[in-house]
Amino acid sequence: MTSDPKGLRTLEARADRVVDLVAGADAGADATIEANVTASRIRHGLTRFANSFIHQHVGEDTTRVALTVAVDGRTASATTTAVGDDDLAELVTTTIASAARQPVDPYWPGATPPASVTDRHHLDEATAAADPDVRATMVREFVAADPDLRAAGYLDTEAGWVAFASTAGQRVSGASTRATLDGIHQTDRSAGSAHQTSARLADLDAAAAGALAADRARRSASFTDLDPGVYEVVLGPEAVSTIIGFLAVYGFNAKAHLEGASFVQLGEAPFDPALTLLDDPEHPAAIGLPFDAEGTPRQRATFVDAGRTVALAHDRRTARRAGATSTGGALPGGAGFGAFPVNLRLPGGQTPADDLVREVERGLLVTEFNYVRVLDPKSQVATGLTRNGTFLIEDGEVVGAVGNLRFTQGFVAALAPGAILGVGDDERYASMEFGAGIVSCPSLRLAGWNFTGGARG
Amino acid sequence: MHDRGAGDEMFDYARTAVEAALAAGASYADARVVIRRNERLSAQNGELEAVDNGLEAGVGVRSLVGSSWGFAASSDLTDTAARRAGAEATATAKASALVPGTGLALADVPVVEDRYVTPHEEDPFDVALDEKVGVIVTATRTMHAVEGVAVASAHLAFWVTDKWFVSSQGHRIHQHLVESGCGMDATAIGERETQRRSYPQSFGHVETGGYEVVRRFDLPGHAQEVAEEAVQLLSAADCPAGELDLILESSQLALQIHESVGHAIELDRILGWEAAMAGTSFLDLDQLGTLRYGSELMNITADATIPGALATFGYDDEGTPAQRVPIVEEGIWVGVLSGRDSAHLAGLPPGGMVRADGFNRMPMVRMTNVGLLPGDSSLEQIVGDTKHGVLMATNRSWSIDDKRLNFQFGCEIGWEIVDGKRHRMVKNPTYTGITPRFWASLDRLAGADEWVPWGLPNCGKGQPMQIGHTGHPASPGRFRNVRVGVRG
Repeated sequence: MTSDPKGLRTLEARADRVVDLVAGADAGADATIEANVTASRIRHGLTRFANSFIHQHVGEDTTRVALTVAVDGRTASATTTAVGDDDLAELVTTTIASAARQPVDPYWPGATPPASVTDRHHLDEATAAADPDVRATMVREFVAADPDLRAAGYLDTEAGWVAFASTAGQRVSGASTRATLDGIHQTDRSAGSAHQTSARLADLDAAAAGALAADRARRSASFTDLDPGVYEVVLGPEAVSTIIGFLAVYGFNAKAHLEGASFVQLGEAPFDPALTLLDDPEHPAAIGLPFDAEGTPRQRATFVDAGRTVALAHDRRTARRAGATSTGGALPGGAGFGAFPVNLRLPGGQTPADDLVREVERGLLVTEFNYVRVLDPKSQVATGLTRNGTFLIEDGEVVGAVGNLRFTQGFVAALAPGAILGVGDDERYASMEFGAGIVSCPSLRLAGWNFTGGARG
Repeated sequence: MHDRGAGDEMFDYARTAVEAALAAGASYADARVVIRRNERLSAQNGELEAVDNGLEAGVGVRSLVGSSWGFAASSDLTDTAARRAGAEATATAKASALVPGTGLALADVPVVEDRYVTPHEEDPFDVALDEKVGVIVTATRTMHAVEGVAVASAHLAFWVTDKWFVSSQGHRIHQHLVESGCGMDATAIGERETQRRSYPQSFGHVETGGYEVVRRFDLPGHAQEVAEEAVQLLSAADCPAGELDLILESSQLALQIHESVGHAIELDRILGWEAAMAGTSFLDLDQLGTLRYGSELMNITADATIPGALATFGYDDEGTPAQRVPIVEEGIWVGVLSGRDSAHLAGLPPGGMVRADGFNRMPMVRMTNVGLLPGDSSLEQIVGDTKHGVLMATNRSWSIDDKRLNFQFGCEIGWEIVDGKRHRMVKNPTYTGITPRFWASLDRLAGADEWVPWGLPNCGKGQPMQIGHTGHPASPGRFRNVRVGVRG
């Protein structure tokens, strides 16, 4: 694996080459052709383990070019992993031909204009160079944390190099790395989990993660089933990140808002003053590139400021429709989806995370949720289950484990004014369904959570 | 771009990768060269929203050393890259020896040289773009013209995939697979809620076949009805709550099968290989052949040979022939979804159910067409024989626990049934249950006339996440005394 800047130069040249091909294409007399081009290379290595041994061990090295063209405002997009000269020439020819036959795209915002990005590269050379032996060695540490339990999970390293160019003159490039360890230890009756993500593999502590997962599993091995009902809860970062992810997809996505399907009413305060939510690509621990799929610099954007909704995540299409500015939230192929912020943060508070349970008279400590789905995007009522460690709190102490529970709960209601009783100081990258390294958040203590049944019925 | 049918060259790349893997020390290796072309067109509110084309081409090689697979993939289709990928796959597998397990072996399958082509009438990439755009623009314009509809969306999606598979045991198989699908939905938005209706089912419906699939489902012809129902739902009563008889239309029953049967019978889950991510299963292999999964009306097969169904193919990504495997017979659990390694470990015949999402993903156990054989009733007879219940149609939300026991589904629309008649439309219908108890309550099934081979194009599993295309034939059925109307 290499992070040779020459690799980035190759991608920049490839993106420029496609722009040149577009500029030289014949789309008919007087036709105006615009284009956005992304040339990328991803190297990904992943070590999966289950039943305490490595069973799947994979690596991929994929180069790709993505092209969006507009011929007199008629658009088409294409991606290809075939990047030879002839392949790229055909890509340009066929995509222009496709675009020219479409109706005018009413929301085409034009090719991305020049805008400088910082030279923040979240690339760690050692992470980019990590080989299967390095990953396997760390997996061994996770597994060895408790050899009497069954361990499962993965450790992966990913390096990405991306160059963007447009016919309007935008030229940006960058590189990034991410390393994630996500695993469980299991008894015959329970499981406990741990998650770590960083731009640097060296930041991960596999032995500590293994010990935490094993501790949660052992403490969950003897559990009782709890009656359904509304309970005060302390949600760990993984559970909180799930909520944040769904709020972003269905609420702060400007496309959903333009369509009337979002709960967000800008300027109103549906949340507790303790809640602030932002997209923070400037955070020192941020992962990813400083620009989005449209080549727009990623902006620091605050969506919720002390409980008040103040902004939305935009790409250039939604920004044009709304008369706003893109926040740098464009996703590859995301025209139909809208914008999604990939450096989401709920900043940590002052309360030591372990102290959040101390004020709880009777409630539940939830490590993470499983298989959450929203019943209605506007009301943000969702259902899902608890997983990998659910504990009963009585008189400020964790007194034992409980069986997994199903909930049916409105996320906005759960965070409403007066509902957030504590914000932990344990902010970190937390696992979520949409990927690792996207949400950074702490534990939260909430006044109520509606559990509608036990997982075992 | 690569020409489809450039076969010999592709077989050569695959063979080169396999030979490199063996030379590096693998006990077994196989490789797939895959060229997959896809097209997705979407429209919203009478305007074209996006035309996206994709071409994914590369080689993926799998190498077995001891207890672990190593896998490497490259988008560079050259001899050099294929050789490097083969060697890297074996080196990766060898690294796994740092955390070893019991050695893996493969169940025997026939070694064949063959070619398979999906039966189809019209190559979707030969159909004029204008015609395809016209379908979704017209459908969304019709839906959006209905007063109260805020968002009308429609899409068409096509995949044409060529795979050249070579194994160190002598397999040499080329497959040309064609998949086509379509879908649309109308959303009406109230002050504090949204209501949606979809057609033919949520997230669209896909089959193996050509553009004739899109013609058959006739999106514009159903647009008016879909839109009107979405608006009507805003003023409908809420679904009643309690334990009532539940009638599921076939696409919702298909998803019920997918979540509470299809995933539960995956042998890799049962063996614990997916424990950290997707979860395990409530099923224990010791119970195979004796566990009562459901009522005697429950007969489930995993059948990769059903004409037109989405998970129909010639061979899986291990070169195992497509086949029909009994899963549940008269309510008794009798089969699993397996690959060569998991089947050997469990002492079962390999089912030919291992597939990968593209050249750069490692093949894993995936559902084929896991479906419920039809009964002898009809939806109207079932409704007529129901004293008090809810008929629910078209999935809106789905959730199930990591052992595939506790589920909760929401549907787009329901009708309260009273004394054998549709009494009224109801909104926000939901139901919840425990898998074997729920299936034990199945007491009526519609017949073959209402049996639809529903295709699901968005099944997520594995790390890195792979999106699988699965099939779930079903006809409408009734379940007794189910908890419905669960609310937040």
